Amino acid sequence: MSAPPKARLTNALARVPYAQFLGVRAELHGDELTLVLPYAEHLIGNPMLPALHGGVVGALMELTALTQLAVAARSEKFPKTIDIGVDYLRSGRPVDTFARARVVKIGRRIANVQVEAWQDARDKPIAAMHGHFLMPEDESPS
Amino acid sequence: MSEQNQPGYGVGAESLERVRSMLAFTPQARALGIELIRLEPARCWGKAPYKPELIGDPDTGVIAGGVLTTFLDQISGGAVFAAMNKPVVTATIDLRIDYMRPATPGQDILAEAHCYKIGRSVAFVRAVAYEQSPDDPIAHAVGAFMINSDGGRKPGANLKEPRP
Repeated sequence: MSAPPKARLTNALARVPYAQFLGVRAELHGDELTLVLPYAEHLIGNPMLPALHGGVVGALMELTALTQLAVAARSEKFPKTIDIGVDYLRSGRPVDTFARARVVKIGRRIANVQVEAWQDARDKPIAAMHGHFLMPEDESPS
Repeated sequence: MSEQNQPGYGVGAESLERVRSMLAFTPQARALGIELIRLEPARCWGKAPYKPELIGDPDTGVIAGGVLTTFLDQISGGAVFAAMNKPVVTATIDLRIDYMRPATPGQDILAEAHCYKIGRSVAFVRAVAYEQSPDDPIAHAVGAFMINSDGGRKPGANLKEPRP
């Protein structure tokens, strides 16, 4: 746990094949984390409009919650997702997408997190998510 | 409920082919390798093959939750299609997913979706993902879908600059 937070985060995401498959990268300013999903053709779910796949936007927000919780818990281990609820507000245009998470509460075992995803303007979110996550067991001897 | 939105129309070999070609033209569905298995009135079955690049937990090899989100969303859309008597464009309004247990590493994931209520504008769907049997689920989804979500928008509408 001696690596600086930014490097730890990048390492943690780089180890997840699915994050690489999506092309997600993390930006950390202070303790504020933004996940960036650069536009790529394979993320499209509606080729007519074209629009990003709703599942991809949901996946980005879930990854944001998991990463933010890892930052908050100063751990390289990701929590486990219990449930998520995604509200789709606008169709995802074929441009870069950003997501930020707000940890509402971390309990002893369960965390509650809210996430928003946006594209051009932060105040025009394309989707919102709230979820519950099971925190990793504390490894330190008690 | 209007005549045209009664569940259970429009399922036949033609519909199966239509949903298959919809999947073939959806880049993200292709990237995940999602396949359509079966279509019945208001019901849809699909498969998402196990792929190493979709792993979410490198320590165990378990597939990422996001893959299930996309897969269940896609198969739910198929169930809405199977509930209509003419081709529709759907957009997800909301999707709630419960993750009951990790998917078994190395195994393909199956899903079954049922569009249990369809109105003029909105369809309601539940779906379950599993490897062997829906009685031993990996994840369960409930979603609301807008029907004919393009709202008269033309192809390429999303390529224009957004309104200020």
